Amino acid sequence: MVSFEPSEEQRLIRDTVAEFARERVRPQARASDETGEIPSELIQQGWELGLTQALIPEAYGGAGEAHSAVTSVLAIEELAWADLSIACHLLAPRLLVVPVVEAGTEEQKDAILPRYAQANFAAATAAVVEPRWDFDLAELSVTATLENGSYVLQGTKCFVPLASVAEHLAVFARLQGSDEVGVFLVDRSTPGVSILEREKNMGLKGLATYEVAFERCRLPAERRLGGPSGCDVNRLLNLQRVALAAAAVGVARASFEYARDYAKERKAFGVYIAQKQAIAFMLAEMAIEIDAARLLTWEAAWKLDRGEDATREAVLAKQYAANMALMVADRGVQILGGHGYIRDHLVELFLRNARGFATFEGLLTA
Amino acid sequence: MIDFELPPQVKQARDMVHMVAENMMRPIAREYDEREHEKPWDFLNAMWEASKATNPVSFGGGAKKDPGAPSVRNLQTVVSIEELSWGDAGLYLSIPNPGLGGAAVAAAGTPEQRERFLARFRSGPPKWGAMAITEPHCGSDTAAITTTAVRDGDHWVLNGTKIFVTSGKMAAQESDGFVVVWATVDKSAGRAGIKAFVVERGTPGMTVVKVEDKMGIRASDTAMIVFENCRIPLDNILGSPEVQRSTEGFKGAMATFDATRPAVAASAIGIGRAALDFVRAELEKQGIKIRYGVSRNKLTAIERDFMDMEAALQAARLLTWRAAWLMDQGRHNNLEASMAKAKAGLAVTQVTQKAVELLGPLGYSRKYLLEKWMRDAKINDIFEGTQQINLLVVARRILGYSSKELN
Repeated sequence: MVSFEPSEEQRLIRDTVAEFARERVRPQARASDETGEIPSELIQQGWELGLTQALIPEAYGGAGEAHSAVTSVLAIEELAWADLSIACHLLAPRLLVVPVVEAGTEEQKDAILPRYAQANFAAATAAVVEPRWDFDLAELSVTATLENGSYVLQGTKCFVPLASVAEHLAVFARLQGSDEVGVFLVDRSTPGVSILEREKNMGLKGLATYEVAFERCRLPAERRLGGPSGCDVNRLLNLQRVALAAAAVGVARASFEYARDYAKERKAFGVYIAQKQAIAFMLAEMAIEIDAARLLTWEAAWKLDRGEDATREAVLAKQYAANMALMVADRGVQILGGHGYIRDHLVELFLRNARGFATFEGLLTA
Repeated sequence: MIDFELPPQVKQARDMVHMVAENMMRPIAREYDEREHEKPWDFLNAMWEASKATNPVSFGGGAKKDPGAPSVRNLQTVVSIEELSWGDAGLYLSIPNPGLGGAAVAAAGTPEQRERFLARFRSGPPKWGAMAITEPHCGSDTAAITTTAVRDGDHWVLNGTKIFVTSGKMAAQESDGFVVVWATVDKSAGRAGIKAFVVERGTPGMTVVKVEDKMGIRASDTAMIVFENCRIPLDNILGSPEVQRSTEGFKGAMATFDATRPAVAASAIGIGRAALDFVRAELEKQGIKIRYGVSRNKLTAIERDFMDMEAALQAARLLTWRAAWLMDQGRHNNLEASMAKAKAGLAVTQVTQKAVELLGPLGYSRKYLLEKWMRDAKINDIFEGTQQINLLVVARRILGYSSKELN
């Protein structure tokens, strides 16, 4: 039955996350962008929201709540609204935990999940993107070769959040000699895993991301997610896409609200600039497009929650939201004019982050 | 609980209306585009017979009164309108029903007036209702209306000229219908002086002087109506005759748009979907399939365009459903209705124009309906408030400005 209203429970989660985002995360956004650091106590506080532990089954020490992409995207929008880097850092463990909860064997759950059900933040991550001009699952250059009952990983990933501290990485790799893609659960300490230099990006500067090289990295065969026959990698990617779409909505909303409030305080020609149609119409279009992208995101997430194939919806939502976020964030800067270009204001940071959504894959998961 | 599953009764209505669109509308769509000003009576009679008992396509008519009973009426309306417009938007607009005039009566009329003016739509031969707002010198600036209503004993006397009256000829002249006319009772009072009056068909002094030739939606008549000492009964005014200092009455009339804008958005989406279906089918004939999930940098230009069109259309549809759903919940939807209308009108204008481009000669040729859909689509960016007027409504809402503060 069509409804555009979150359930009571979802609203409670969203409001709790929103309050934390507003009160704790947002005030840290600029400093983290400048220094590249996120205070560990902030991450610990964010961890205590329970967004990762909640979906770990009780048998592994979690709260055992049903994993819902819709609930996730509601929370992700709020955190990304406050700051994308901090949101990605805080939620990075989900990049491992969600796939394991969704598709892991009993053994894999047993080996991995208890570590992330604990009271203290434990870093984990996924290695999805590769250092090339486009991301295509069908053409992954990182390969996994089955040799004498072990998988051997070879190749280089980039944009891997928290790689230097993550205990486990979910590595997306192509099976040598086939079109199949598998996800491999890798301990960072495994021989052959090298965490390279921290990456320097235009935006997302608060988030530590790394290139990670796999050089004849040998894994026991049972480290392939889902067992010998693997798992539905498309579904995992779709969960990442809707998460990024939600984050794009969050960043766009941040820029919109900032510019809206500014336009209502800044005077020109004797009136507030928001009273000029040139500005007011930009803001109106921004508001419409944000809602449009959010609804596409919700629909894709809803379809994923029903266990249906949502590739089309997730791809369209992600693409739409990425374009929208760039348009909105650009206008956010434009409305502030010269002030928008100065780092005293957050809109320039939002624009640098928003530009990334065309590139981002595997930074978040719903 | 966030949910996008249409309720069973809405799906049922959608499927039924789709059959009508496919079997009764598509086959005559071209013919009545070419034969402008002629009426497809077989179709109109059939629609009337099928709809008069239930009137499945009547416009929203404001919030539901009983908050206990969940309603899906407005959702069903927008879903049905999308199907009809997928069939043909011009034919959809020409279907006999209370129309925008009926929506105004439903929203602002007393129970007695609703019965007096709307009961006729349940029986007898086909009938139309129409709404006359626009004048030659003013469209969106409705406060500048100069048609006057002067009280003379037991009557109001109307004088003025109205243009762009959808189904105006059918309502005023060709059926036992009526026209709701916006006129001022006190020019000095501005908006507060504007009232809506119901003029029955055939009332002396009401004359259809012209039916417009249009770019699209040609199966639907768009009339110019002149009122010359047109006398109507005193109780044909909708709402209070008092001119209050506030603009509450005017706002009441404007509230009609909260119901009709999602309906226009839905119609736009139906046209856009028709165009997209056609493009997809033509591409598939050439062995071109849209590849979702492939790197965007590897997609062909056509695939990229198609996906952008598809996403924009779906976004507009969801905004429209939200606006209708809010109405079904008995909640305000002024902002959301304008968001849906602004988005759908523009998206579908762009989608259909792009579709013509993508299909080259097939798109431009009158052998196919695509060029017609492009012409039909554009009206949705204009009527029931232009793109710009809807942006203005959205802007005022999100900024918390009055019409004085942002104009």
